[in-house]
Amino acid sequence: MTQERIAPPAAAATGPEETPLRRIAADFAASRLALVGLAMLAAILLAALFAPLLSPQNPYDLAQLDVMDGRLPPGSRSADGSMRYWLGTDDQGRDMLSAILYGLRISLGVGVAATLGALALGLALGLAAAFAGGRIDTLVMRVADIQLSFPAILIALVLLALLGRGIDKIIVALVAVQWAYYARTVRGAAMVERSKEYIEAATGLALPAARIVIRHLLPNCLPPLIVVATVQVAAAIALEATLSFLGLGLPITEPSLGLLISNGFTYLLSGRYWISFFPGLALLATIMSINLVGDQLRDVLNPRLQR
Amino acid sequence: MLVYVIRRVMQSAVVLLVMSGLVFVGVFAIGNPVDILVNPNADQQDIERAIKDLGLDRPLWEQYLVFLRQAALGDLGNSFVFNVPALQLILERMPATLELAVAAMLIGVVLGIPLGLWAGLKPDSISGKAIMAGSILGFSLPTFWVGLMLIMVFSVHLGWLPASGRGPTTSLFGVQVSFFSWEGVKHLIMPATNLALIKLSLIIRLTRAGTREALVQDYVRFARAKGVPERRVIGVHVLKNIMIPIVTVIGLEFGSVVAFAVVTETIFAWPGMGKLLIDSINVLDRPVIVAYLLLIVALFVLINLVVDLGYCALDPRVRLADARV
Repeated sequence: MTQERIAPPAAAATGPEETPLRRIAADFAASRLALVGLAMLAAILLAALFAPLLSPQNPYDLAQLDVMDGRLPPGSRSADGSMRYWLGTDDQGRDMLSAILYGLRISLGVGVAATLGALALGLALGLAAAFAGGRIDTLVMRVADIQLSFPAILIALVLLALLGRGIDKIIVALVAVQWAYYARTVRGAAMVERSKEYIEAATGLALPAARIVIRHLLPNCLPPLIVVATVQVAAAIALEATLSFLGLGLPITEPSLGLLISNGFTYLLSGRYWISFFPGLALLATIMSINLVGDQLRDVLNPRLQR
Repeated sequence: MLVYVIRRVMQSAVVLLVMSGLVFVGVFAIGNPVDILVNPNADQQDIERAIKDLGLDRPLWEQYLVFLRQAALGDLGNSFVFNVPALQLILERMPATLELAVAAMLIGVVLGIPLGLWAGLKPDSISGKAIMAGSILGFSLPTFWVGLMLIMVFSVHLGWLPASGRGPTTSLFGVQVSFFSWEGVKHLIMPATNLALIKLSLIIRLTRAGTREALVQDYVRFARAKGVPERRVIGVHVLKNIMIPIVTVIGLEFGSVVAFAVVTETIFAWPGMGKLLIDSINVLDRPVIVAYLLLIVALFVLINLVVDLGYCALDPRVRLADARV
């Protein structure tokens, strides 16, 4: 993988043309672990996307549940013999496999929505801070600094204690917790880019400030943001699961993975491990695959590490 | 140095003030403060008297000043549930949480730095890669799920360790601690390990990254060229330079460990202040929530201050940069 970069530019003409994207893809593929992560992530995303098609039962439809099937171990048949519960059932006779697939949707959905929200907010504030400078810069960065000196879980806990339960509220809490990471990253990147010649040229052409920021500055600030965003999706999912586990996150009607695990906690002590174990495994696989991808992305996109 | 210390202390005081304002606005001004401060079971007369007593008919800034004065006197209201001062309630639970946090941090440091050094020195060896894979796992494993799995394996299946509670405590200088008796240690092992996991991964990664960056620096090459024994190069030249970020993180993360103890304490029914917070949120015991918040804010400000001053003592560049200003 290093040969391509060491080769002088003229030599690149003989092989396939080296575009930045192609280089990143090649560097990324250099780590087998990262590829495994990517494959895992793709599988998880597909499973969540097609959950209604894949799952044997609709876990939200109470008519499909049979309390007689409650707390069955993995692999048992349902009382009427119509289906097999590969991962067992919970206390209400819900098929764990279906519950996990649907829970995965909610966990991923909340994680991605919160990340996008935080990304948008952080991006806007970070760019404003870097481009406007002065008081706005000081204000935004001070608030970010103070906020980042407190652990995310604490801020989220407090917000949820004030706001109450609900999907929208947990997304608000996650956005409030995470925007500062993006604001800081964007500002750092934008400060570096701002002093470069192409921005000076654009300013010299008397282009409107909004155009310079959006068309010139923004695209060049993206690589570090992508890295932060990947890792933060995982953090958001983990945080949501933790909050739901503590009983402060999502409403019980449409359980995310964290809530499923929490539901199984009481049965764990009597040896019925599957109600907590399998949702946890799904959560772990999700977070881990995202982290593996994010880790490799950071190495690939970080110019300092390019040997 | 003295100027720096004074300036940092002033900064901390300002942050404390700002945060107390935020907590005030957050808990007292959003929503009806009467709901927060008056027992929901009180009758109409009591409520009206309380509004007057609490000065809720006065402007917000005046209320804030009153709140500040009472907070400064250590009066943060009584718990609805226990009917004792909220602050006292939390301070009683604090030693349990701090013990847990210190134990977790010790596990993280004692295991993390050597493992990270090893992974940094031999990044391409199988053991180095295994350590890194393990640290990714440690990052990815949701803390609460690991806690459940620990209980499942060690309490339910093997029956080696107790699943919940703190066990017997011994008094040490008037503070109840549990690490003096074997039974207490047995209760401490699982929660502390659980809490240590993420910090352990963090310290491993930080040490590894620092080691890898330090190894290619000129001072390390020079030390090697000079014929300094490898042990001294690693133990002195490398370790001393990577200690700065590590000490910072250990310091800063201590606060986050205390905060994250909320989760661990809930799982293991550890009678600390984190469990108290969750219980209080669930029953809307707001004076306790406010008291916990203010206390933890104070703790964080204090930790940040200590870390910064420690930084200053460790890294001459910080002192010099400040002297020039």
